[in-house]
Amino acid sequence: MCRVVDLRQAVLAKNDASALELREHLAARGTAEVNLLSSPGSGKTALLERLLERAVEAGIAVAAVTADLATENDARRLARAGAPVKQVLTDGLCHLEAGMLRGHLDGWLPADTRVLFVENVGNLVCPASYDLGESLRIVLVSVTEGEDKPLKYPTAFGLAQLVVITKTDIAAAVEFDAEAFHRNVRRVNPGVPVLATSARTGAGVDDLLARVLDCADGEPVHRPVYESASATRGTAEAP
Amino acid sequence: MHELSIATAVVAQVEEAVRTNGGARVASLRLRIGELAGVVPEALRFSFGLASEGTVLAGARLELDTVPGRARCDGCGREYAVGMPPLLWCDGCARPLAELLSGRELEIAEVALMDASEVARVDSSDARRRDSGEDRGTPRAVSDT
Ligand SMILES: Nc1nc2c(ncn2[C@@H]2O[C@H](COP(=O)(O)OP(=O)(O)OP(=O)(O)O)[C@@H](O)[C@H]2O)c(=O)[nH]1
Ligand SMILES: [Mg+2]
Ligand SMILES: [Zn+2]
Repeated sequence: MCRVVDLRQAVLAKNDASALELREHLAARGTAEVNLLSSPGSGKTALLERLLERAVEAGIAVAAVTADLATENDARRLARAGAPVKQVLTDGLCHLEAGMLRGHLDGWLPADTRVLFVENVGNLVCPASYDLGESLRIVLVSVTEGEDKPLKYPTAFGLAQLVVITKTDIAAAVEFDAEAFHRNVRRVNPGVPVLATSARTGAGVDDLLARVLDCADGEPVHRPVYESASATRGTAEAP
Repeated sequence: MHELSIATAVVAQVEEAVRTNGGARVASLRLRIGELAGVVPEALRFSFGLASEGTVLAGARLELDTVPGRARCDGCGREYAVGMPPLLWCDGCARPLAELLSGRELEIAEVALMDASEVARVDSSDARRRDSGEDRGTPRAVSDT
């Protein structure tokens, strides 16, 4: 006879536990972590270069971790801003996990860091399922990717606390329909703020940095409807 | 393909459950996958085959229950099937749905364990079937619980 064991375990329980631990650890030392998610090539590194430059100019202690399957190119680009930067190679993994990130931070992250930016692996599917202990999750999409991305990647957009449109300098050339994009974002994540930026012209960069710093100062961030359900029993909070 | 990471996590968690609950092999396991969990069932099934190789889960039957996304509107109190892609908005009240009730599940619901004597019995009946030419390479039959 078989014995049936009622497990009811969240599959990502281990990552969730590491993420919670990391979140508490960072909060205790006064660092806010920002998790940047997008498709490959949406402009995460380009925008982060601008953000780091502005922050360094303003004397704000920031640091960045960038994750890729291969090459140190992104870290080299980011390091030019003068902030501490670390490249994480994921060894074939298509996303970062909380425990892995923690391993790279311990002994490296400067004690006075106010904001830690984490550029996730370019991928809109896998990284969405992994909490990294961030205080702010930003999903980026470039104007060249089409207005329907929120509908094609509902988990990523559904869990975003801030949506950032990138490469707006070429929006007209690719006939980006901002109205349709906003409609699609609202459908999967009503109320999430959307910010338009261009790393090329610098448009929106100050605004984005200001929002990140607000979050670091403890201002509440948007809570997506997606977050009200958990991975085990449906709704996260029992009535 | 994070389904492989997910399958690997499933295998590790079930191995742990086998250690704590005793048992020689896993006959079957049931996962609950929410429509909005961002996991592709076919990819997970394929990955599970790879991840379970050489473990006590090898050959186990994988049952995947899909959990539909449902949400509730605070305005009118109605419950909606949110669909895919989800619509988290109440047209009647022109406001966002307040709460997602289900659909993000990524959970190991239960596992069926065989003890050593059960494994021996299944293996010998497998062997008998093979000898009599019945077996055509179909997965090992699992006894009812
Ligand atoms: N026109 C324009 N091009 C941009 C902008 N930002 C980035 N790009 C270009 O888009 C390409 C990809 O930019 P990256 O910053 O490397 O994108 P990424 O998201 O970091 O890419 P991965 O890390 O590989 O996923 C590069 O050729 C950039 O020059 C922008 O604001 N305007
Ligand atoms: Mg990059
Ligand atoms: Zn309503």
